Amino acid sequence: MMATAGAGVEVRLEDLRRSYAGVTALDGLSLTMAPGELVALLGPSGCGKTTAMRLVAGLEEANSGRVMFGGKDVTGLPANKRDVGMVFQAYSLFPHMTAQQNVAFGLSLHKVGAAEQKKRSGEMLELVGLSKYANRYAHQLSGGQQQRVALARALAIQPTVLLLDEPLSALDAKVRSRLRDEIRRVQLEVGTTTLFVTHDQEEALAIADRVGVMNAGRLEQLDSPVAIYSRPATPFVAEFVGLTNRIPGTVKFGMVEVRGTELPLVQHDTPTGPATALVRPEAVSLASEGDSVPGPLIGTVIAVAFLGATSRVTVDLGDIVVLAQLPTAEASAHPAGTRVRLAIRPDPVLIAREEKAPVEA
Amino acid sequence: MTSAGNPAVSNTAARPNGGGRRLPLPWLGVVPFLLYVGLFLLLPTAIIAFGSFTTKQGSPTLNNIAGINQDFLVKAFVTSTTISVASALLGAIFGAMLAYAVATGNPRGVFRRIVTSMSGVLAQFGGVTLAFAFIATIGNVGIVTLFLQSHGIDIYANGAPLYQVSGLIVVYTYFQIPLMLLVFLPAVDGIRPQWREATESLGGSTWHYWRYVAGPLLAPAFLGCTLLLFANAFSAYATAAALITQGGIIVPLQISNLFTSETGRSQPGLAKALALAMILIVTIVVVLYTLLQRRTSRWLR
Amino acid sequence: MSRSRRIKLQVFRATIFILLGAFFLVPIGTMFEFSTRGNSVTSPRTMEAWAAIFREPDLMKAIGVSLELAVITSVGMLVLLLPTMVWVRLRLPQVHRIVEFLCLLPLTIPAIALVVGVAPLYHWIEINVTDSILILSFVYLIIVLPYSYRALDAGLSAIDIKTLSEAARSLGAGWGTVMFRVIVPNMSTALLNACLLSVAVVLGEFTFAQLLYFENLQVAISYVGLVSAGTSIAVSVASLIFAFMLLMILSFFGRPREREVRGEEMLPGTESRVLPLRNSFIGVPDK
Repeated sequence: MMATAGAGVEVRLEDLRRSYAGVTALDGLSLTMAPGELVALLGPSGCGKTTAMRLVAGLEEANSGRVMFGGKDVTGLPANKRDVGMVFQAYSLFPHMTAQQNVAFGLSLHKVGAAEQKKRSGEMLELVGLSKYANRYAHQLSGGQQQRVALARALAIQPTVLLLDEPLSALDAKVRSRLRDEIRRVQLEVGTTTLFVTHDQEEALAIADRVGVMNAGRLEQLDSPVAIYSRPATPFVAEFVGLTNRIPGTVKFGMVEVRGTELPLVQHDTPTGPATALVRPEAVSLASEGDSVPGPLIGTVIAVAFLGATSRVTVDLGDIVVLAQLPTAEASAHPAGTRVRLAIRPDPVLIAREEKAPVEA
Repeated sequence: MTSAGNPAVSNTAARPNGGGRRLPLPWLGVVPFLLYVGLFLLLPTAIIAFGSFTTKQGSPTLNNIAGINQDFLVKAFVTSTTISVASALLGAIFGAMLAYAVATGNPRGVFRRIVTSMSGVLAQFGGVTLAFAFIATIGNVGIVTLFLQSHGIDIYANGAPLYQVSGLIVVYTYFQIPLMLLVFLPAVDGIRPQWREATESLGGSTWHYWRYVAGPLLAPAFLGCTLLLFANAFSAYATAAALITQGGIIVPLQISNLFTSETGRSQPGLAKALALAMILIVTIVVVLYTLLQRRTSRWLR
Repeated sequence: MSRSRRIKLQVFRATIFILLGAFFLVPIGTMFEFSTRGNSVTSPRTMEAWAAIFREPDLMKAIGVSLELAVITSVGMLVLLLPTMVWVRLRLPQVHRIVEFLCLLPLTIPAIALVVGVAPLYHWIEINVTDSILILSFVYLIIVLPYSYRALDAGLSAIDIKTLSEAARSLGAGWGTVMFRVIVPNMSTALLNACLLSVAVVLGEFTFAQLLYFENLQVAISYVGLVSAGTSIAVSVASLIFAFMLLMILSFFGRPREREVRGEEMLPGTESRVLPLRNSFIGVPDK
């Protein structure tokens, strides 16, 4: 295993702001990354996650705020003095160099001797499992392989922080999940503090120590993946991460009444009155219902989507459509066309910000 | 593939359908094209090739080729090469800088579109019109000539510069630079910003970037485009013809002289030999350009 | 990008644009100046030289003739090239390389060289068929081949011709319908490009016309230049403006497609016809 001289450094962003041409890309981002931690910045395009990363890299200058590496203020330093490793979404590799030359390039810029360059670049390629491809050029490598070489190149210089800008977005779905785990394995082995930018929530939740959900230049929630998913702090997070049902109900006294079921609220200060509750499909369960009296939570199954271990059942309640996610064995008891009764588990729910009409199937 | 063997399909008279038969009927579709190109391109080329090695009576000979070795013709080749190399280098260097200036601007901006359109016009602006433009500028009573004279500088002190090698080089550069912009710009566009950013993040300075990344990447394209400019200048005829009404300082002018003179008519093979020489030179250069372009497009798609 | 680097870049760009702008605009400006000069250094500006254009019968005739040649060449190019290219794509893909090679071959043969081989042919035609200047379009078609081929090829590549024609044929369309109601409407931009480029090349052609003793526009301009510098320069400016307008039309009508992404697809070279090509014309396909 490589000596990890640059690993395990705390990275702190303090109130970073960046705007250009009248557009505010980043509106006061503050975040502290523990040494060796992998933090994913997750959000839709335009939310500022890439801008944040580029500010950390030094490729752009912040309007205000500070970036600190291990207590040292690097805000004023240009990119080539910051010692960061970067992997880009596409076109990572220099096309006129072999894989090994690519990896060794950073070392040569750091005045490492030729023999040492060869040794270290060999080790890095070994780390990402591409030793056999050392003499291949970028156009002779698959997308996934190119990104692995890019990772090796970024880590070869033992950077203070590793920055990954949507490294998997340009790859095939199959390659994506494999490479995702690969990146995490390497990152854990080397121990470099890492910032991973993505718009794919599955990626973020799968590999990060903590996930920061961003929207319109602000950080909405920074938490472990489990917390992000099951305890979203804002409606945006709830709707961006995972599927959500929007069910109309009425807010009263610290809880919301949804079709006869009372659900506790996440935000206790929600004003009373009509509102749309955000309910996770996993919180919805089904029971068979014969020809009994129609009720607010009785409907017909219109579709069952087999997802492997779980299945997603779409139920038409007449005026709205609700998704339920259950183990496949249970779902198979309620094929399309059967009438079912829904039950909603009383997890705390969030209320959607704007009133929207429930969507018809 | 479309259904072969479908006799029910109607067709125009100009293109017989392959039907279901095994005869090479589809080939009939390209016959008009092949005939035309054969007649007006391949046949003349064959005439040139053949005629270079035959006497006026029709017997084979190497005299025509040997005839190129005459002093004034050799001098013409040297001058042609000199002008071509010089204008190619000037055009390449300034054209490359212009391409870089354009490529680093707004890719969808109006400015870029204007520059590339103007380059399209100016690269095309050779020949007679260009010659006259320069006559108006640095001719005997050209505006720049008069301006310099009023300031005490007489550019006509050592003969008319416009009709000499130096003048031709300047005039040729006028269409070489836009041509370079057009051919080289795609390569510059192909340089990805990620490569610069990767170099920076790995600790490289601007100098490192140009020395190890952008330079090597653009070198084949630059060289190839320079070769293209060379071929372009070497083949140019109209501009020189409009400027220089007498004398044959470059090969194209020699060919046109042979066309119109008595000596030319008595030695038809000589003109053909000169033409053949030109074709060979340009072909070699263009082949080299092609090979270099292949590498470029592999790297800078 | 850091601020200082951005400033340095902008300074470089401004310098280049100013320097080269001056170099290029001065001769054009002087053309305007020269063509509007009065009789002596002190006389006022006059459009006399421009008006004289219309009083030169040879020049007017040459303009008309060149336009005719341009039209004939464009039409001939479309008639010869488009069906052939469509046919090759649909029925004879194995010939594709040959056709491409032949279309781009004129690039390696300078006009001044080709005319030597073409002259005997024209001699024969002039004696036995006709000596109208319009026979120049035969060889003009050849020299516009590379440009037109590239333009049409780009247009054909952008639409999936095989699928379209198969769909049309399965609905019962004959080849004529496929050609005129399916293919042509879908590549109107490419067709326009090919024609405009052909027109530009034909209008700027000098070598063949002069050495085959025909008087087209460029030859006429050179003759006028021997007599009256002002008028010849005036008509040169006019042809420059015309070419510029043609290319502006081209750039506005050319809808940027997936394939014709960066840079210009291609534009006419100089009178020597060496062409600015993005990729090698043997081997790497266009992006």
